[in-house]
Amino acid sequence: MKGFGRYILFLGTLVVRMESFKTYYRLTLEECLQIGLKSVALVALVSSFMGAVTTVQTAYNMVSPLIPRYVISQVVREMTILELAPTIIAVIFAGKVGSSMAGGLGTMRITEQIDALEVMGINSTSYLVLPKIVASLLMYPLLVIVAGVCSMVAGYLVGGITGIITPTDYIYGIRFYFDDYSVTFAMIKSFVFAFLISSISSFKGYHTQGGALEVGIATTAAVTTSVIAVLSADYLLAQLLYVR
Amino acid sequence: MLKINHISKSFAGRIVIEDISGEFKKGHTNLIIGSSGTGKSVLLKCIVGLINPDTGSVFYDLRNFTDADKEMKAEIRREIGMLFQGGALFDSKSVEANVMFPLDVLTKMPMDEKLDRVNFCLQRVGLENVNKKMPSEISGGMKKRVGIARAIVNNPNYLFCDEPNSGLDPQTSILIDDLIGEITHEFDITTIVVTHDMNSVMGIGEQIMFLFKGRKLWEGSSNDITHSGVSELDDFVFSNKVMQGLKKQQ
Repeated sequence: MKGFGRYILFLGTLVVRMESFKTYYRLTLEECLQIGLKSVALVALVSSFMGAVTTVQTAYNMVSPLIPRYVISQVVREMTILELAPTIIAVIFAGKVGSSMAGGLGTMRITEQIDALEVMGINSTSYLVLPKIVASLLMYPLLVIVAGVCSMVAGYLVGGITGIITPTDYIYGIRFYFDDYSVTFAMIKSFVFAFLISSISSFKGYHTQGGALEVGIATTAAVTTSVIAVLSADYLLAQLLYVR
Repeated sequence: MLKINHISKSFAGRIVIEDISGEFKKGHTNLIIGSSGTGKSVLLKCIVGLINPDTGSVFYDLRNFTDADKEMKAEIRREIGMLFQGGALFDSKSVEANVMFPLDVLTKMPMDEKLDRVNFCLQRVGLENVNKKMPSEISGGMKKRVGIARAIVNNPNYLFCDEPNSGLDPQTSILIDDLIGEITHEFDITTIVVTHDMNSVMGIGEQIMFLFKGRKLWEGSSNDITHSGVSELDDFVFSNKVMQGLKKQQ
């Protein structure tokens, strides 16, 4: 509880004694490039395999001839939009971006770079952490969209190449009984997950004390805590928002 | 002028500094000296507000810094330049961007003026043609000089240096010391240097405060330090061979 209290206080310091809008604009753009653009390739790769595997596994498990083939792509669509794209990519995001945030801030802390900012009269939390959180909120939903598209395209290609499902059936399944609330739900999830990962990782990194060993510990803690928070939030959001 | 009144600080029940008071004069190089673990850096961090003291107050030209609100603290901090032990340069920025940083964030100066000021400060610390280098590409001594350039770029009224000579060879140490002394007099600023280096003490120490086990035991100038009559200070001062030789000559 003490740690949670410190986390809430930490979030409170993000919006006090702020610098000019221009400063945050520039920093946020830099973070967007770092967080978004440099993660696209990894997200595309992982999500493509997710889509391909989901297609193959679903087809393998559908043994009844009474179930039409287009259900395969319907399952791929629902799994991708609701769970695989926002949640699995969140785990990847925590591992790549969260650890980088915690490691970077932890190193800045132990090499007195954060102290240097404070001595200059700059709110280091706001200056360093707020652009990371804003950039994550902007970039993560886009990454989730990229993941969703890549996953479904990979399913289409694998289904067609292996003969599991015809392209026509696949497209039919993707469009069959589509509820656009799934996309809204996925976007809500992605905003929540982006906030949790970026804020928790920054919190862990910012409060690093000691040396290189502690930076490593903070980085590990950032990833594990973020992942636990994401999975907990995933369950809570499913309970709260997915009511038909 | 900078004044500290009855500063005490403890961590987890262990007293690190206890009831320290003193005045640091403007235009002077004020030194806080003592062996490792005597609380010099903690005192410095209390003075600049990186650590809140348990008791006592810090006054910057009669402005109570310790009890000031966040806005007032930020305002006073904008008059502060600090050189950190490891330089504390921002890894992701070039030398030029590091030195320009306080101007970028704290002023609305046009770019050409900022560049002029940065080049002036870099030249003042004896660095040329390093503007585009990254901190990882320069030596420890150069990092310290860039740190000094960054500390003075915004025309501070107070300059703080935490162990400016740590990790440097003797020649570079003297260079850094001289630079700190010259800048202090040239810009008429209140400089506080935390050090355990006797060369610095004898070289630039105009006013010296000696700490021992978290308490202030002695205060004076470098002329008086060799005959203070304080045994703990004598042990500290004459702990190196050069000073021992000097004592024998005396």
